This record gives sequence, structure tokens and C-alpha cells, in this order.
Amino acid sequence: MALQTTSVAKDSQHPIELAAGAETQTEISPDVALVERAKAGDAAAFEQLVTQYERQIFRTALHITQNREDAEDITQDVFFKAFQKLNQFQGNSKFSTWLVRIAVNESLMRLRKRRSSRTVSIDQDVETDEGSIPRDFAEWRPNPEQNYSQTQLAEILRKTIAGLPPGFRTVFTLRDIENLSTEETAAALGLSVPAVKSRLLRARLQLRERLSRYFRQNEASE
Amino acid sequence: MNCTEFLSKLTDYFDGQDGQIDPSLLAEVKAHLGACHHCEVVVDTTRKTIDVYRGAAAYEFPQELADRLRAAIMERCRSTGKLPDIKTK
Repeated sequence: MALQTTSVAKDSQHPIELAAGAETQTEISPDVALVERAKAGDAAAFEQLVTQYERQIFRTALHITQNREDAEDITQDVFFKAFQKLNQFQGNSKFSTWLVRIAVNESLMRLRKRRSSRTVSIDQDVETDEGSIPRDFAEWRPNPEQNYSQTQLAEILRKTIAGLPPGFRTVFTLRDIENLSTEETAAALGLSVPAVKSRLLRARLQLRERLSRYFRQNEASE
Repeated sequence: MNCTEFLSKLTDYFDGQDGQIDPSLLAEVKAHLGACHHCEVVVDTTRKTIDVYRGAAAYEFPQELADRLRAAIMERCRSTGKLPDIKTK
């Protein structure tokens, strides 16, 4: 199922209503208590939720949009929308997953605005099998990341993930960086579990190929 | 199991190693890995790819930014007067 631009724009008006109750998890999160306190008018409780998740939401938005200013705006918008719709959060899913869903919608909508003449959907550029077939079979150095400073490594990671199509980048971000489950990722993106697995495989393999240029043995650092 | 079939099971292999993967499939995957160096390299380097991204901060999130965003969010929320009626500390 595609999260098409039109539905993103529509969903963005009421992201919570569409998202709330989409999962059937029964896990009781400590966040539920904070949400209940916030619903009752406890500003400190809501502020604690912001403190806990603003980094994750900012990082998710930045990975998807690849734009720092957009990510800052989106982070504010996500928590503001969550605040406005807090009474609709029933605790059927994790609060963090609920926030991530809003962040994905907001981020894709922002991408669409930045590329005003193009449709941006979670399905963009995922129809090809290119990138699914490994071509580089060189072994990597032991702990290859240690050959780079933190700044250099961060730049390498930014460059490699920025080259992925948005649909792959988003799935990889949620599943492998933010550590959502496959099911949570599927729910957040409106995709089937098999679709998430397929895109995750392609994203991982494409990133592997790109990182191999920096990490394989007997190659000079770039 | 050939390399293409192995590749199609790679996500299940990575995500199901905590016992969720079908034992017979896991045995097939391991047998293929033992016989195919190329796929062994793909598994090792793909796993490392995931680890590197999880372990490193590709994007900085300095405390100043966290504080500024949080303050802006709370100010926006307090200014609405909409439900839920959050009290000022």
C-alpha cells in the first residue's frame, strides 16, 4: 500500500485520528502514566515526554527530509499536534510509535513541498530491483569505523544514507536506527510487513555497498 | 539453497535470530553460509552496516538545540488554551 502524497496531505490534517488504535499491542508503557498526567493538565508530564522523545523525532525527520531546518520545524509540529490530540491517544500502541507516525507524515509532506512539482510517496523509487544484488564481496577491516574520526564517520553515514531513495531511507531509519519492530514500522508507514521486509533488505544492501567503499580491506580511506 | 534464495531470506535471518526463524530454514541458511564465502561476506558486512548506523550519531543533537526546541514546543502548547488544559508549572 502506498502512502501517497494526497493521503499524506490529507492525513496530516488529522494524523492522530487515523493512527490511533491502528495497532493492537497490549504492552503497557511507563509513558501511559505520563500521558494520563498530561491529559489531566500536568505540564511537567508533557514536558518530560518531549524531553524523552524530541531527539528521536528530530532524528527521524532529519533522516527523511535531509534538511536540518525542516527537521526542527517538524519536531515542533509533531509535539504540538500530539498535544492537541492527546485525548485521542488510548495507549493501544507505544506513545513513541504514535509520535513517529506523525513525524513520518509531516516529513513526507515537507518533502513534497520542497519538491513541489513531484509526488513524494513512500513508494518512490522502490519499483526497481537494482541495488538488491550484491556486487561487492570484499571483506571489511576489523572495526572499520575506528579508522575515521567521529566527524568523518558521521559525514560518511550522512552521505551514504542520503543517497537512498526516500522509501528505503525511511524504512531503514525506523527499523534499524530507531529500532521499531517490523510490525511497528509497517503500521507507521501504512505498508504491509512483506513490503517493509523487502524495502529493508534493499536499503541494507545498498548501504552496505556504499559503505564498502570506505570500510573494505586494503583500500585507502576516501 | 542458492545465493538468490539465500538473499531473499536475509531479512528473516537477521530479524529472526532470537528464535523466531523457522529452525529448518535457519539450518538451510547456515548450510549455505558455510559453503558460500560471498554470502558470508554479505552477511558480515550487512550486519556491520546496521551496527555502524545504530552505534554512531550521524546527526548531532546538541543540548542547546534540545532545550530550544522543548521551550518552543511548551510555549506553543501553553499558548493555545485548547484541550487538554495543561497547567503551568
